[in-house]
Formats: sequence, structure tokens, C-alpha cells
Amino acid sequence: MSAPGGRPVVEATGLTRIYAADGVAVRAVDGVDLAVEAGETVSVMGPSGCGKSSLLHLLGGLDRADAGEIVLDGRRVEGLSETSWAVLRRRTIGFVFQSFNLVDELTAVENVELPALLVGASARRARHRAVELLERLGVADRRDHMPDRLSGGESQRVAVARALINDPLLILADEPTGNLDSRATGEILRLFADLRASGQSLLVVTHDARVASTADRLLTMRDGAVIGHTHLGGVAPVGSVLAGLADFGDAGGAR
Amino acid sequence: MRDPILALLAKEPAHGYELRQRLVQALGPPGRALNPGQVYVTLGRLVKAGLVAVEQVGQSSHPDKKVYELTAAGRDRVAEWLADLSWPKVTPTDFHLKLIAAAVAGLADPVALIDAQRHELLRQLREVQGAILVEPPDSRGGLLLEGAALRLQADIRWLEVCEQRWLDWSIR
Repeated sequence: MSAPGGRPVVEATGLTRIYAADGVAVRAVDGVDLAVEAGETVSVMGPSGCGKSSLLHLLGGLDRADAGEIVLDGRRVEGLSETSWAVLRRRTIGFVFQSFNLVDELTAVENVELPALLVGASARRARHRAVELLERLGVADRRDHMPDRLSGGESQRVAVARALINDPLLILADEPTGNLDSRATGEILRLFADLRASGQSLLVVTHDARVASTADRLLTMRDGAVIGHTHLGGVAPVGSVLAGLADFGDAGGAR
Repeated sequence: MRDPILALLAKEPAHGYELRQRLVQALGPPGRALNPGQVYVTLGRLVKAGLVAVEQVGQSSHPDKKVYELTAAGRDRVAEWLADLSWPKVTPTDFHLKLIAAAVAGLADPVALIDAQRHELLRQLREVQGAILVEPPDSRGGLLLEGAALRLQADIRWLEVCEQRWLDWSIR
């Protein structure tokens, strides 16, 4: 879906993060190369502890790499001061977390408008946009609820609205369905499909194969490194599985 | 049972009771439910189909004097079976035995087999998810698809566990 010749919204080269754990250096992220093109959805899968969340944190500036380079919207991140990086991040990246990370003391709509206020939008404009997004995500009727009054699915919708408020180039999602039941997972998948249709770029770290299978590309990580890279292709073809679900095993005719 | 028996013969010729032992061991507790005669019946059919050759060994005092061996056609059939990814026609039990047979006989890297099967299941899941997304959220037809998606998801999780275990075993 990426524009031909379009530059990636984010590109990482040789990204490395080393933690010291009990005096031993652990390469949580070990020389990862990765690019997300405009309009593309990329999933990252791997066993827990493989470094997929650490990778996401590096890309989103929640943590700093020990080596390697990140280019976000054509700008090298390494040379930036902490402040410029924070500004660039707020304007270009929206985060969605497993545990929603909504501010407990704020209502749904206040949570959504917060990132807009942080980049200097007027209160009126921020509120207008927040309400618009809550409507789009089907949770407008929850706008004045506190987070503890929201279901998991509703909380994640509010969190996605918050991630979208500054029209980010890229959404980074860390196990977005990790705390959701099957039905709410289905709702979030539907939501992501709508976002993709509108041209949104997404990088989704997940252990949920249902989520991963809907991406354009799938990266598999192990021990901090990307060990597999699969193009899942465009629109899923209708084939064997659906046919199998309508196979009654008595196709031989009347018995 | 034909394909697993063939694959377990790939390492070396074996007596029927040895094959049965290999199968029971590979299956774990479910192997105890195996009908003892079933292996012999299957071997007989495989001989008839030209996939297995049987040789009488006379000098042994053991009552089981037949040694079974894969024919060239049998080897081809094993290679085909290893490459067959058509889940759920390839059942979890089939797949489990496939990994063991492949590792024992050095026919293929179990981790590569798991990876290929995982990709096929992801492709299937993508197909199901794609169909779910074009259904209205509360359609009754969607419920059937939801079940298919959850089963595939569970199967993929099992393959991930398989991959981790086989990686651990290959390091040791």
C-alpha cells in the first residue's frame, strides 16, 4: 500500500540495546534492521523475552539505543536533544499499550485530548477532535466516564483514540489485545483494519496470531534479533479454510 | 497411521515390534491406547502398496523374524508427507510424529518444518480473519469463523511451544 518511491515513516539500522542483568550483559535488541513504509502494517512476533517490546520502546523513544540509528519521518533521531526528540515523538507517534495506560483521574475524553494539549493545541480544538475520534471509534457515549468504569474493549478504543489525536505518522502498539477477550480482540482488529484502510501506518508487537496474521508483513524475533521476515500479502484470498468449513464430508451424493 | 509408520522406518530397517515401540514412545501416554495389532496390519498394507519391503531373517530365535525396510517409493512418499502442510488434514498427532521421525532419521530440520507449518497456519488465519472483517460484527455466520480463528490461534501457539522445545533440544 506504500507509495512507490515513498520513504519509510520509520527506519532503524543496527538497533541494539544492552541491559545489565545480574552483572551479565543481555542483548535485548541485537542489531535489528527494520523499516515501516507509509500505509503499511508490520507485526512483530516472538516468544516473551525475545526483545520485541524493547524494540518498540526504542522506536518510540521510550528508551535509548546503545547502538544503531533511527530515522523517523526522514530525520535522524540520534542527533536530537531530549526535548526535540520528545516534540518529534509527540507529533509523529501514537502509542497503544497492553494495559491501556489511561490516566485514572481523567475522563475518557480528557485522556484522548491530553496529547493534543501537550503539543499546544487550543482546549477547544483538542476537545472537538477528541469527541470526533471517540465517535469514530464507537465510544462517544463513554466520553465522560472515568477509566475504571470502562470495559477492556472500551478502554482500548479510548487509548487508540488518544494515539490518533495528533494525526501520527505511525502507531506503535504493544500487545494491544493482550488484556482483551475474544470479542474485544475482534473489535480492535476491525478498528485496525479501518485505520489501515485510511492509510495509517502501524507497527504491532503481539503474541496473538490473530492480530499478526492481518499485517502486510510479519517479523519474527528471537534473542533480540529478527530471525524471520514474511510478506503476508495483500487482501487475503478465499481458499481452503473457508471451503473446509462448508465441507460436510458427504459430498459423494445421497446416501 | 501409514505415513507416520513409513517415516519412523526412514532411519533404518526395523522389526515390527521395534516400530511399535518407537511409535508408542513418540506418542507418550496416548500411545498406550494403541491397538497392538494395528502396526502389523498397517505394515502389511504398506508392503502390498510397494512402499515397504519385508525380509525374513532366519537365524534369530526371536519369534518376530520379519524386518521391514522402506522401498524407493516409500522414501518418496515420506518426503512428500514431510512437505505436506495441509492442516488440519495433517493433524497435530501427525505433525508431532513428523518432527520426531524427521529428527531421528535426519530427514529434515524440525525447526524448519515447524516454521513452514506455522506460516501455513498464519496464512489460513489471515484468510479467516479477512472473512470475519467483511462480515457485519454481530452476524451469526461470523460466529463459525470466530471458532475457526480461535482453533488456528491455539494451533499456532502449540507450534510456537514446539519450536522452543526443539530449539532447546538441538542446543543440548
